[in-house]
Amino acid sequence: MIDRRLFTNFDWGLLGLVLLISGLGVINISSATASYALSGTPYYVKQIYWIFAGLVLIVFVCSIDYHILEDFSYWLYGGLLCLLLLVLVAGKSSMGATRWLHLGLFSFQPSELMKIVIIMAYANYFTRTPVLNGLGFKELLFPLLLLAGPVLMIMKQPDLGTASLVFMIALSILMFVGVRIATVFSVLLATIPGAFLAWYFYLRDYQKERILNFLYPERDPLGTGYHIIQSKIAVGSGGFLGKGFMHGTQAQLHFLPEQHTDFAFSVFSEEWGFAGCLVILLLYFSLILWGLSVAKRCNDRFGKLVAVGVTAMLFWHIIINIGMVIGLFPVVGVPLPLFSYGGTSMVTSMIGVGLLLNIQMRRFMF
Amino acid sequence: MKGPRFIKENPLTDTRLHTLSLTVAAMFLLLLIRLWYLQLVEADSFKDLSESNRLRIVPVAASRGTIFDRNGKILVSNRPSFTVAAIPQEVKDKETLFDRLARLLGIQRAELTEKWEKGKGRAKYHPVILASSITRDQLEILEENRPGLPGVDVQMHPVREYPHGTMAAHLLGSLGEMSEKEMASELFEQYNPGDYVGKSGLERAWERELHGANGGRQLEVDAMGRVLRTVSEVNPSVGNSLVLTIDLDIQKSTEEAFGEQAGAAVAMDINTGEILAFVSKPDFDPALFAGRLPQQQWNDYLADVRHPLENKALKGQYPPGSTFKIITALAGLEEGLIDLNSTVDCKGSYVMGNKKFNCWNRRGHGVVNLKKALRESCDVYFYTLGERLGVDKIAYYAKKFGMGAPMGIGLESEKSGLIPTMGWKEMKYKKKWLRGETIPVSIGQGYVLMTPIQLVSMISTVANEGTVFRPYLVKRIINQEGKTLKAFKPEVITRTGIKAQSYRLVKEGLLAVVNEPGGTGGVARLSEVKVAGKTGTSQVVKLSEKRGPAPYKYRDHALFVAFAPFENPEIAVAVVVEHGEHGGSAAAPIAARMLRKYFEGKGAVRKSVRGGGRMHSGTDDETPKSEVVTPEQEPVEDYGVKHD
Repeated sequence: MIDRRLFTNFDWGLLGLVLLISGLGVINISSATASYALSGTPYYVKQIYWIFAGLVLIVFVCSIDYHILEDFSYWLYGGLLCLLLLVLVAGKSSMGATRWLHLGLFSFQPSELMKIVIIMAYANYFTRTPVLNGLGFKELLFPLLLLAGPVLMIMKQPDLGTASLVFMIALSILMFVGVRIATVFSVLLATIPGAFLAWYFYLRDYQKERILNFLYPERDPLGTGYHIIQSKIAVGSGGFLGKGFMHGTQAQLHFLPEQHTDFAFSVFSEEWGFAGCLVILLLYFSLILWGLSVAKRCNDRFGKLVAVGVTAMLFWHIIINIGMVIGLFPVVGVPLPLFSYGGTSMVTSMIGVGLLLNIQMRRFMF
Repeated sequence: MKGPRFIKENPLTDTRLHTLSLTVAAMFLLLLIRLWYLQLVEADSFKDLSESNRLRIVPVAASRGTIFDRNGKILVSNRPSFTVAAIPQEVKDKETLFDRLARLLGIQRAELTEKWEKGKGRAKYHPVILASSITRDQLEILEENRPGLPGVDVQMHPVREYPHGTMAAHLLGSLGEMSEKEMASELFEQYNPGDYVGKSGLERAWERELHGANGGRQLEVDAMGRVLRTVSEVNPSVGNSLVLTIDLDIQKSTEEAFGEQAGAAVAMDINTGEILAFVSKPDFDPALFAGRLPQQQWNDYLADVRHPLENKALKGQYPPGSTFKIITALAGLEEGLIDLNSTVDCKGSYVMGNKKFNCWNRRGHGVVNLKKALRESCDVYFYTLGERLGVDKIAYYAKKFGMGAPMGIGLESEKSGLIPTMGWKEMKYKKKWLRGETIPVSIGQGYVLMTPIQLVSMISTVANEGTVFRPYLVKRIINQEGKTLKAFKPEVITRTGIKAQSYRLVKEGLLAVVNEPGGTGGVARLSEVKVAGKTGTSQVVKLSEKRGPAPYKYRDHALFVAFAPFENPEIAVAVVVEHGEHGGSAAAPIAARMLRKYFEGKGAVRKSVRGGGRMHSGTDDETPKSEVVTPEQEPVEDYGVKHD
């Protein structure tokens, strides 16, 4: 199984890029959490542990030929779907939503892994199903069914952020496979009156209120609106060169919400300024292009699709998180991959990277 | 089953990947432009904002809605309570500050530091509460010395006020600080940490309506912590108020009638299901829960054998005792097993096989027809009838009354009681039903359990001859201006389908219980209104364990159910006096007080100084005359078995 060629073809560059971003993340977390009164292991040390755990996972993922994973795709999908169901029945509640499943020593969020597994299920499906003239409604039926189960269950938890990400990832793969222009237009045309009908006849007032607050955070100046204002102040006041490491007043004085997780980039922007942000954006941009190049170089359909899916997953996380922090997009609880504090996010991203490395190192095997 | 893995002309063309790359680049460019705008173009204004960033959010708690009785009298309202807090970022010299505060408020300095430490790790603009519910005097002293206390903030927030003290404590329920679990639930997502929420009773059941929406102010303060301006403000909105079906006067006199006794009583409007009184005794002081409940008080509540924290009207499950004979009688009439003239000769006991079941009156009642059997509560008559019916037929009729299931009064964890059947025992104990077990069931002993709510519903259904109403407590929800937001209407759960004629015969018997010589419920007689009812005494422990004067916890429960007026019934009551021993003497007087109060309110009864029902003499009143304390009915497990 372990071939010398695999080692020589290993993409050290990609791994290096990932470690560079993660390392910057650790430095940033140490600043973001410096003002926390905390007992026990500091967050940035825990994050280092998670990075090591991620590396172990990368080695594990790389050691299995991804073509074997192809055969297991549906099993993984089915298994995870059952776990999601279990979460709904017996999960642990945290911050108003039930996402966690306790497995003895550790707990995890099956919804998070669904991001990876939906990619594999889709790649498997489209590998076996030839698409001649693009996807029409008939061809979309089964893939959308595959998607509906997990998305609905994750929404039920309720975890809108993850649900919409799973949806976006799946949508990206569909667009990559190719959807007929006519279909795209008819869906768009159907959505608009559908949304109108829902707004006037189906949604309750409090639900409308929530949607409006989501789209216009200024409406809720004591809740998300406050967070967005503070985050924008943090980013903007960073200026060109930033206030310096550990010197961001917004972060150190706790004006930012979730500043080591979802708003980690906000802390970074304040302390490192536009120059720092430019570096991070370039690193992420390279990561995404790298992922697409893995897809390009890969010679088989499954590998290509998985590579595109994983890249899409990273891409949407990055865009939605940074977009939220700088006030472009509404507030959704989406972490910045490899950079925000958090084990689950780190593990998912690392598994994704592992898949890219796996595909990359086996590209010459045929 | 593999699809085409190797495709020469790959439809996933490189061009598509290039398009993707371009899209990605465009999105990143968008982020970059936005960052450029924020960090370079607008940088200066944001820098100013961040330097003077003293935007502070001050939560403003909403006032809970008021709870009124059916006539608009206040049962629960709010009063202001003052809390002393410190805003960490504005406290310059905390040692001096603590010294001063401790002196001014007359509290321990250690207490202040402890609370301060707890607030650590949160945003520096977030107030840390140092002392809660300070008195008016303390408040005045504090205000006078305000200039010497930089960073100190006195906040006002509303707390519950109970003008009638402990009255209806279980029904109204208590408040408590929101728990971690509640904080995590979706229901409470709009709440602030530290909010008080309903923990029991109506406060809990109607939390959504009562709580109101929290507000808050986004303030800009200067370096000294002085408020410069209010950036934005969301006013709290007062919660909605509840208008209950409860009648304060009846509730009050019921509670007074209980005195020191433990138990429960419920009064219900026979034609609507509106609950007029809902009493559980002993009670607790809900006001103590509104602040910090002293540990000692809490321990006392828990240690009390009479369980003051338990809502006995809702969760108490008692063997209904002889009150259940009403259902046995109706079952017999419907099944055609008895009529007005069928008789049983009661010789003081009933023999089945080698077992002997005693009547409460060991001397026997002689020849007994239905009316006399109800009036004098003859056990042998019902043993005989019960055996002929069988347990499943009795259960069939009991369930027509909605027994054995919660009545849906709208309070959390209402108990369902228990109506045994053969199938039930098979399921529960994997054992066959024994014929002898039917005998105690026919007089409401054995496995039978009912809640006070079910008892009142049962007698009410008898009174209105067959309509089971859903008992309800809230008449209307009104907003602050008094506008009705929602009005609740009577709801019929089911109709028993039992013939009116059967009801009439049983009701004649119930009238005799209260109004004829020899009746067991004479205490409940009112001179102006005709009352009908049934006494009950239910076994707590086996007969064999009960020799001599029984200790409190082994004494029998006393029950009484009644309705009035006889011809045109309006109100039904059910009273359970725990360990009160005899329905006729312990429970009936309370029921009489309740009925009297109701008719007084309507002007049908002259106000009496004594308030209670008249004692009447000349009957046995169920009280056994023997020296040994014997129960009215035979015990649950040991059916007074005598091996002949």
